[in-house]
Amino acid sequence: MSTSDKTVFACRGLRASIEGKEIVKGVDLEIRAGETHALMGPNGSGKSTLAAALMGHPGYDVSGEIHLDGRRVDGLAPHERARLGMFLGFQYPVAVPGVSVANFLRASLSARRGEDIPVREFRAEMQAAFKELDVPRDFVSRYLNEGFSGGEKKRLEILQMLMLRPAFALLDETDSGLDIDALKVVSEGVNKASAGETGVLMVTHYQRILDYVKPDVVHVFMDGTIVRSGGAELARELEARGYEWLAGAAAVGEGSAA
Amino acid sequence: MSARQQVLGINDNYTERYGFSDPEDYFLKAPKGIDHELVEMISRKKGEPEWMRDLRHKALDIFLEKPMPRWGNTEMLGGIDFDDIHYYIKPKGEQARDWDDVPADIKRTFDRLGVPEAERKFLAGVTAQYESEVVYHSIREDLEAQGVLFCDMDSGLRDHPEIVRRFFGTVIPTRDNKFSALNTAVWSGGSFIYVPKNVKVEIPLQAYFRINAENMGQFERTLIIADEGSSVHYIEGCTAPTYSSDSLHSAVVELIAMKGAHIRYTTIQNWSTNVFNLVTKRAHAHEDAVVEWVDGNIGSKLTMKYPAIVLKGERAHGEVLSIAFAGHGQHQDAGAKMIHAAPNTTSRIVSKSISKDDGRSSYRGLVQMARGSRGCRTNVECDALLIGERARSDTYPTMDIAEDDVRVEHEARVSKVGEEQLFYLQSRGLDEDKARLMIVNGFIEPFVKELPMEYAVELNRLIELEMEGSVG
Repeated sequence: MSTSDKTVFACRGLRASIEGKEIVKGVDLEIRAGETHALMGPNGSGKSTLAAALMGHPGYDVSGEIHLDGRRVDGLAPHERARLGMFLGFQYPVAVPGVSVANFLRASLSARRGEDIPVREFRAEMQAAFKELDVPRDFVSRYLNEGFSGGEKKRLEILQMLMLRPAFALLDETDSGLDIDALKVVSEGVNKASAGETGVLMVTHYQRILDYVKPDVVHVFMDGTIVRSGGAELARELEARGYEWLAGAAAVGEGSAA
Repeated sequence: MSARQQVLGINDNYTERYGFSDPEDYFLKAPKGIDHELVEMISRKKGEPEWMRDLRHKALDIFLEKPMPRWGNTEMLGGIDFDDIHYYIKPKGEQARDWDDVPADIKRTFDRLGVPEAERKFLAGVTAQYESEVVYHSIREDLEAQGVLFCDMDSGLRDHPEIVRRFFGTVIPTRDNKFSALNTAVWSGGSFIYVPKNVKVEIPLQAYFRINAENMGQFERTLIIADEGSSVHYIEGCTAPTYSSDSLHSAVVELIAMKGAHIRYTTIQNWSTNVFNLVTKRAHAHEDAVVEWVDGNIGSKLTMKYPAIVLKGERAHGEVLSIAFAGHGQHQDAGAKMIHAAPNTTSRIVSKSISKDDGRSSYRGLVQMARGSRGCRTNVECDALLIGERARSDTYPTMDIAEDDVRVEHEARVSKVGEEQLFYLQSRGLDEDKARLMIVNGFIEPFVKELPMEYAVELNRLIELEMEGSVG
């Protein structure tokens, strides 16, 4: 639910291409603090490219404006965007062998806050977050995403989101491949984040998660652009009718419509 | 120091930290070059028995007659000028048992290298070798009381001639290779250790090898015998000043683990990048014995070293765990050899290498299982990490398996610091250099965690991979 009028994220005329091939073809979005938007679209429509481009992935040529929490961030490196409060929950989080989850979390938390967090303080904070998301204790000493099941990886992504308290969180297919229990954990995490004023953009092609997370706005994303935006009922319509009826449709509605 | 400097500058501050040198003030500095006269002089000065003197002369003939290796980095090897090396330098002063009795310059050097401090904190015994001779030696009294022998090799030969004569050269014969022959001809210093039956030396013993002079050749000789049911952990470290001309380090290390004994031998090799490091290391593991080589190669110009274990008795187990770092101008040609000569013996080789700039790492390994060595198992894992476009890694694994009833596993991977890994860490607020550090740090973690804590810290510091904000 929107709890403030503050815009935490906006992009205008965003385009992204790779090796000369344009994938994202002009996207406008505006998300306020505490709002949750769902960006839905079929496979191959460019959703993941959009997410990666917003985070600043070096593999894409990106143009257009990106605003984060009142600052213009296009042109900044990914770590700078992260420090300013952008978060990307990955569809396929990569493994980093030999780096313990605890080590990694402390490094990223310290980077986000701009100062080293004392070990004791960090441990308390981490344990609280683990408890909140019902993450097993042994995650602490395991190597980052190495040998993690799909559900465990997503749970760790959500845990990071809650600990980092981003102004704006992009979740790329965070709900895909999850069983119902994991889906509930992820949904709970998203709801907690938005209750804490984080603006959330959930990228998904399933309706399923929307049984647990009520989006303020649903965007339909096809062939690199938003073709329609509406309320939660739009997601149900997609569920019933599929995407085909929207193919070729011109963009309808405002990105920030609530 | 920024993360970039750290990553790009592994050992960048070498000159300041390790690469300094003392003014030359020696008791004896042999002129450059090697011949029978030199060998005779070394042996006479040391007052050696005739059998050793004869062995040295024969070894010199073998050295002179053997060709240079035709494998490995032949180009670099071709750059060694055997006539431009001092084969023997004896520093001033007698071997001391108290640091205060060590000549001031030399003591200051070892202080700077942190040797006395490490000794106070966590070692059971230390030998410190400077050029050709051990200048300081200590062993804890309780170990001495249990009959543990730990001294430099020259003292070992003098004080325990029967043990030395029985084992010297039995694991690595003179003729094994050109450099083992060279070492046998001009060896000086090194460690001699004998651990009696069932004595467990719980705290590590350490040797530190320091080269000071330019164009120096250091040829220490080490022999470790762990009698039945005993155990010992030996650690060696080494550094040298940075010079524009080359030095040569060529050691021979022989280990004998009797029935049920356990030897762990840890090396942190950090020679300056003008040192050729051509070392022969081999162990015999008898029935139910365990031998582990933990081998870190960070420095040197060219290292060629393949710690070997001959598993001679049933159920013996051998491990080689190694990490190599090759930066600008360096080639680490390292590996392992496992000879399964008895049934039901097991082994494991884990080799990790990092190559950066135009650095080059090679894994060269041999696993041999003779006919009749039933029930043997081996697991070989090679992991190479490349940083930058010019870095190079090669793997030369040889499996020579003559028996069917065995299990052999081999896995080799070459990876670049992945763009997706970097992006993932960057998306969590780590800048690119910190992210790269974290990935490299994680890569060597399996090696680092096998080191005693103090060395793990030192190694991290050494290769400037220490992570700010890391927790256990």
